[in-house]
Amino acid sequence: MTYASKPADKAKDGSLRELLSFRVGGQDYCLDIMSVREIRGGTRATPLPHAPRFMRGVINLRGTVLPIMDLATRLDLDTEIERDRSVTIVVADNERTVGLMVDAVSDILAVPEGDLQPPPDMKADNERSFISALMIVENRMIRVLDLNAVLPPPNEDAA
Amino acid sequence: MALQILAVDDSRTMRDVVRLTLTGAGFGAHLAEDGVHGLEVLDQIDPPDAIITDINMPRMDGFGFINAVREQAEYRAIPILVLTTESAAEMKDRARTAGATGWIVKPFDPDKLVKALRMVAG
Amino acid sequence: MAEIRASFFIECEELLEALQDGLQAIDDGVADADAETVNMVFRSVHSIKGGAGAFGLDTLVAFAHKFETALDEVRAGRLKPDARVLKLFFHGSDILGDLVRECRDGLEHADETYAPLLAELERLVPPTETDAGAQAEIDFQPAPLSLDLGFGTADLGAQDDEGAGFGPDDFAPAVDGGDVDGPVARGAETAPDDDAVTAAPVYRVRFKPQSVLYAHGSEPLFLFRALRDLGPTEVRCREDDLPGLDTLDCEHSHIGWDLTLHSAEPEKVIRDVFDFVEGLCALEIEAPDAGAVDLIAGPIAGPIADLGLIDLADLASLSDGSDPPDLADISAAPETSAALLAGPSGDAETAPAPARSLTPDSGPAAKPEPASAAVTSPPDTPAKPVRTAPATPRATVRVDLERIDRLVNLVGEIVINQAMLAQSVKAEGLPPNSPVRTGLEEFLQLTRDIQESVMMIRAQPVKSLFQRMSRIVREASADIGKEVRLKIEGEQTEVDKTVIERLADPLTHMIRNAVDHGLETADAREAAGKPRQGNVTLTAMHRSGRTVIEVGDDGAGIDRTKVLNKAIVNGLVPPDTQLTDAEIDSLLFAPGLSTATAVSNLSGRGVGMDVVRSAIQALGGRISITSERGHGSTFSISLPLTLAVLDGMVVQVAGETLVVPLSTILETLALTDGDIRALGPDTHVVNIRDQFVPFFDLGAELGYRDPLASYSAGVVLLIGQEDGPAAAVAVDVIEDQRQVVIKGLQDSYGRVPGIAAATILGDGQIALILDPIDLVSMASGQTRHRGSPAPMSIQPDQAKGVQA
Repeated sequence: MTYASKPADKAKDGSLRELLSFRVGGQDYCLDIMSVREIRGGTRATPLPHAPRFMRGVINLRGTVLPIMDLATRLDLDTEIERDRSVTIVVADNERTVGLMVDAVSDILAVPEGDLQPPPDMKADNERSFISALMIVENRMIRVLDLNAVLPPPNEDAA
Repeated sequence: MALQILAVDDSRTMRDVVRLTLTGAGFGAHLAEDGVHGLEVLDQIDPPDAIITDINMPRMDGFGFINAVREQAEYRAIPILVLTTESAAEMKDRARTAGATGWIVKPFDPDKLVKALRMVAG
Repeated sequence: MAEIRASFFIECEELLEALQDGLQAIDDGVADADAETVNMVFRSVHSIKGGAGAFGLDTLVAFAHKFETALDEVRAGRLKPDARVLKLFFHGSDILGDLVRECRDGLEHADETYAPLLAELERLVPPTETDAGAQAEIDFQPAPLSLDLGFGTADLGAQDDEGAGFGPDDFAPAVDGGDVDGPVARGAETAPDDDAVTAAPVYRVRFKPQSVLYAHGSEPLFLFRALRDLGPTEVRCREDDLPGLDTLDCEHSHIGWDLTLHSAEPEKVIRDVFDFVEGLCALEIEAPDAGAVDLIAGPIAGPIADLGLIDLADLASLSDGSDPPDLADISAAPETSAALLAGPSGDAETAPAPARSLTPDSGPAAKPEPASAAVTSPPDTPAKPVRTAPATPRATVRVDLERIDRLVNLVGEIVINQAMLAQSVKAEGLPPNSPVRTGLEEFLQLTRDIQESVMMIRAQPVKSLFQRMSRIVREASADIGKEVRLKIEGEQTEVDKTVIERLADPLTHMIRNAVDHGLETADAREAAGKPRQGNVTLTAMHRSGRTVIEVGDDGAGIDRTKVLNKAIVNGLVPPDTQLTDAEIDSLLFAPGLSTATAVSNLSGRGVGMDVVRSAIQALGGRISITSERGHGSTFSISLPLTLAVLDGMVVQVAGETLVVPLSTILETLALTDGDIRALGPDTHVVNIRDQFVPFFDLGAELGYRDPLASYSAGVVLLIGQEDGPAAAVAVDVIEDQRQVVIKGLQDSYGRVPGIAAATILGDGQIALILDPIDLVSMASGQTRHRGSPAPMSIQPDQAKGVQA
């Protein structure tokens, strides 16, 4: 896995965001690096009974319990990809830490803030609500994941 | 050699404050939490240069303690200061009657404690 | 000093607790105003006052002083602690506690809080002297020790070659050897030091101790040093009265001194040096303006002469070979010298004595005589020093809570680690009695012991919590005008510190509910043939590996019709629902259910039992209620003993490993398929000793697999509460019994039905810990709407998400 950084374009406002790009469900996404805690290979998760389909279960992360979310299922994407080669991105916000199961991780991108565009408003598409921005990198459209929308609200009945 | 002082008070806070004051002034501090304990500590340590004691304590109060101390030949005339919250006028009588050498009124200025000690113990 | 201040507030809590205990004992009539209990109560307030004074907490000092004064009246036997007085004292202790906490937290004191009670406490004390107002009582400034000397740390010994030439070592305790130099030179004049500042005013001090001065432990040497600190001093020893060696009585004081002090200090400062020995000596201080040059010959000018002191000339005549001066002669002087000294120094004390008539005593036998000093010690204290083994309080160490938590965490990790090691060793295929394996077994045992001990570090008696509830009851009953008595049992039961803290609010709510809603008014009670006084009981105990806390009242019990109606009206249950009594009782835990027609000040609106239940659940506990109409209700809270460890049975179901808490396993059943009867299309039951118990497949219940065709290959466990519903649960394999470290799911994930928490097995895999109670309620067909018994969820303190 390489983490080659792209050369940074200095935008008018000069601010850069660092994003971790990855593939899930056959599509390109990225995440703000600030939310990423670590990257692990896939481990078999202990399933949680009556959990939503997108929750694979929990794994042991150095002695604590880490819930694992199947991101492809969560995003309602094509889930034909082989599970055994999956990668887990451990993300955290203020309140909780979760592992996101994805297909592969690629680069860390440094992108000028100005290059990120808000996604167009398309009512038909559920998926839109999980995306906070879009950008074009080498002719590929990369979606910036809205972590808050993806993660389940804290301390709710999971059933 | 630093002067050694035995301080007896049932309040932990008081003991801490006194200890701090004493060690800050270069004295050696030994502590006890009531009269009975004070007598035990006296048995264990080398004779101190002076004793400071509270009055209101469980098991054996200050006056009982002073009496008991003075009964021992070795400590017949050891300087003893009482720590009291009462005003000086009344305390003079009671302390004097009990055989105390002097008194210090709480809340005390640390300097005053030290000075009082030097007055009676050098 | 900040540390001591913090420690002071901790000490205050202990003192407040002791205060409450003492008042309670008196109230219960157990101690019957026994002297030592009253003393203890007095001392608690006294000590708080003392410490508060050290930190300048004036309001607290003032209040404590008034309180102490009133308590002293009881201590002295002048005030009887009847119900009215005790009520005041209880209230006083509540307010005192409030003031202490306000001081601790740096909050302002509101006059209205304490002023009324202050006034009432004052009224308990008969005025004896004219107060100089409240100001006088508050004035504890240490007036007497106004020694404004420039006490440097200079080595006093060095100054001694000023020609001290004195050394009454026959009479005084051993002093620092270096300071006593030379034999006493009879009548020797000491040469004034070169430093003698003749410009400064000159005081002439004549000082002759009585024997009793030495008996009090005073040492003239130190007094002279103190004088010397005020300015250069010349000392001359006067042995005129010293009798011949054959008639010398060493116990008598014969020696006096004349001192010349050059100092700009006012006379009062000079006098203050002799403050402690006033009355024990003959003391004359001649102010600089007196003009006398020769001590011996000249008349003594000034006020001294008027008081008829023994003239030195008289003294001189006495020593001419006649008998040693009679102590009586000399002692005449001290009285007047006392008067002399009392004059100026009396003025210094602007603070009149506190407004209580002081009889120096600490016990009922108050006799203001010297003998009282011995009498006043507690009756069981002999005059001789006690040599028996001390009844010391348990030695304690104060530790940062953070350190303990870290320790708990680490120990938890050790347990996991040890399990993994054991697994690996087993996988190596070593024989069971190999040294490695036996060593590991011992290791395991040690680890468990450590873990248990560490967990108990955080445990504390619930007493302080229960005492707070006493106060809640007092206030609640006063507010609502009911007579309520709180009975406490098992206050020494130990519970994890965090649990105690987090139980405070829920308990408060329940107690208030009990007083407010549970108990009837005194009239209603009387009409029902009950005593007018209502009773609330608070109990704590350890039972079946859990901590059980119960809040009960002997009130009217739950009005189930009313509750059901309210629930229907509020849309919590559909109308025409048939519910059992227990189910209706459980409705109390539903949010938004308030049956109080008048919203009282206490319970407020919306503070319902659902909030209480959530709080209990967050602690890993359960709460349930039993109630009997007309007799009262009891809430029962069940909490895990320690927060992070569980004895469990490791089982396998559908390829998954799970842990069933051992305390919930009632028995293992040997069943054949024939024993399993169908109840409905999806439910089954089993007949256990003539009772039908629901049966289910754990794998299916948890959604791992579809129900099996046959269960005869597996194992069936009977799980449930000690006295509650049970269920027969089928699993595939029982692995073994283990103590597991609980890892919470709450913070990382959330609630999972039927699951309490998780643990990490030896192979590093996570195994879920079952919540059998929750499971049972699911299995018995009750859906998980509000009203079902609270499921158990275990929440270890330290599992706060992932450490990245």
